[in-house]
Amino acid sequence: MTDGPTPTERFIQGILPENPVYRQLLGLCATLAVTNGLKPAMTMAVAVGFVLLSANVIISLIRNLLKPHLRIVVFTLTIAAFVTIVDRFLGAYMYQMSKALGPYIPLIIVNCIIICRCEVCASRQSVFTAAADAVGQTIGFGLALASIAVIRELLGTGMLAGIQVLPAAWPSWVIMVLPPGAFLTFGLLLGLINWVDAVKSAKQGRKG
Amino acid sequence: MGMTIQTMMRDVLIALAPMVLSAIYFFHWYAVKQLLTCVAAALLAEMLFTRMRGRKANLGDLSAVVTGVILGLSLPGTAPWYVGVIAAAIAMGIGKIVFGGLGMNIFNPAMVGRAFVMIAFAGSMAASGYVASRLNIDIMSQATPLNAHKQLGAVVSLQSLFWGNTNGSLGETSALACLLGGLFLCIRRVASWEIPAGVLLSTFVIAGAANLMNLSSPWTVAHHLLGGALLFGAFFIATDPVTSPLTPGGKWIFGMGIGALVMLLRLFSGYPEGVMFAVLLMNSLTPLINRLTIPRPFGGV
Repeated sequence: MTDGPTPTERFIQGILPENPVYRQLLGLCATLAVTNGLKPAMTMAVAVGFVLLSANVIISLIRNLLKPHLRIVVFTLTIAAFVTIVDRFLGAYMYQMSKALGPYIPLIIVNCIIICRCEVCASRQSVFTAAADAVGQTIGFGLALASIAVIRELLGTGMLAGIQVLPAAWPSWVIMVLPPGAFLTFGLLLGLINWVDAVKSAKQGRKG
Repeated sequence: MGMTIQTMMRDVLIALAPMVLSAIYFFHWYAVKQLLTCVAAALLAEMLFTRMRGRKANLGDLSAVVTGVILGLSLPGTAPWYVGVIAAAIAMGIGKIVFGGLGMNIFNPAMVGRAFVMIAFAGSMAASGYVASRLNIDIMSQATPLNAHKQLGAVVSLQSLFWGNTNGSLGETSALACLLGGLFLCIRRVASWEIPAGVLLSTFVIAGAANLMNLSSPWTVAHHLLGGALLFGAFFIATDPVTSPLTPGGKWIFGMGIGALVMLLRLFSGYPEGVMFAVLLMNSLTPLINRLTIPRPFGGV
């Protein structure tokens, strides 16, 4: 049980090298749906972070009891328990946000980032590693959501997190806060990141 | 024959001339400004995005100019400058270069750009100015004929729709200019006649059926055929050889599908006009239509 990446490696990998959105292409449903503003995007990132951390810790604690053919069921039930907590919490303390996010909070249950981390990391490694992994992946997810949300909200409304940033005369690109804007922004950012990577590795190849 | 991309695009530009002239005649300075903005932005965008792909930009094949002119003609003259620039950049970047450049794109580039600004800046796309040259009015900002009909039930005379002295996007108002340019394209065989024929036929049939069900409606079949962007779309947008089917049968299906979708959108949707969406939807079916209509050689198995 000692093999596999160390906690530090897990933590760093989650942020950029194995970014859940841009590198693993996971959790795209939530990514596309809630990034029309910085506020809902960050709420979603925190919600996913809480569920991911809790689920990773619990799964890691019971990893020796898991039966291979039942493990996905156990993952899902554990995740569902924490998602229900988040859902009720938002409904009680952040009613407007809960309304705005609609079904996407309950849908965290099927967010593949969490199941992926339970399967890849938590069900094989110690509690500490699993927790570091969850925090790293959450930061990576949050950064990805923020990058898309900033572009969409800025172009679509001229605001950031509800505060007017661009001059009031800014002609809002309404399409950016609508679903097509999500696909366009995500696709272009993904292309940009791949392009930067390609340029980088080409340079390294020339040196070596 | 010796038809190259360049001669083909040159023919399209010649065919677009009647619309450009009628746009300048009816919309004056607004038309000139919008067309120049769109063409310049299209050329710049083509150069920029092709460079980004590490290829040499080939502006001499005129395809970027054609996209720019068609895009400019499909926008209202009063739309602010950034609408044209953004539409051209989206048309070139996301409509064409992303797919690998000329000949590789799935959707008509000009319509991709127009769809983007249509949804992004719905306000500036709806208002359009018609400069009444005989009156001492600089500009009349009023609804397009289809919009006025949809919202107020107003009817524009057939003469206005035919000659073009009415409101609308720059290139679509004059049915006469569209017909002249369109027939030239078909005679030169740059555009396949089956596509506009299919569009007009199915529009005629559906509009006729709708008219028969509601005989008192003042918006007749002729209004449907001459009004809006139907003729412009049928001859210049739907016939893009890259994004339309290759087989004659496929071209008929493609054209009739566009006509049917246009009528569906005009009669039942919230939008007054549906040519752009109809063309984009049928573009996405083009590979399927091609597959279904591959001619089977005689004696082949």
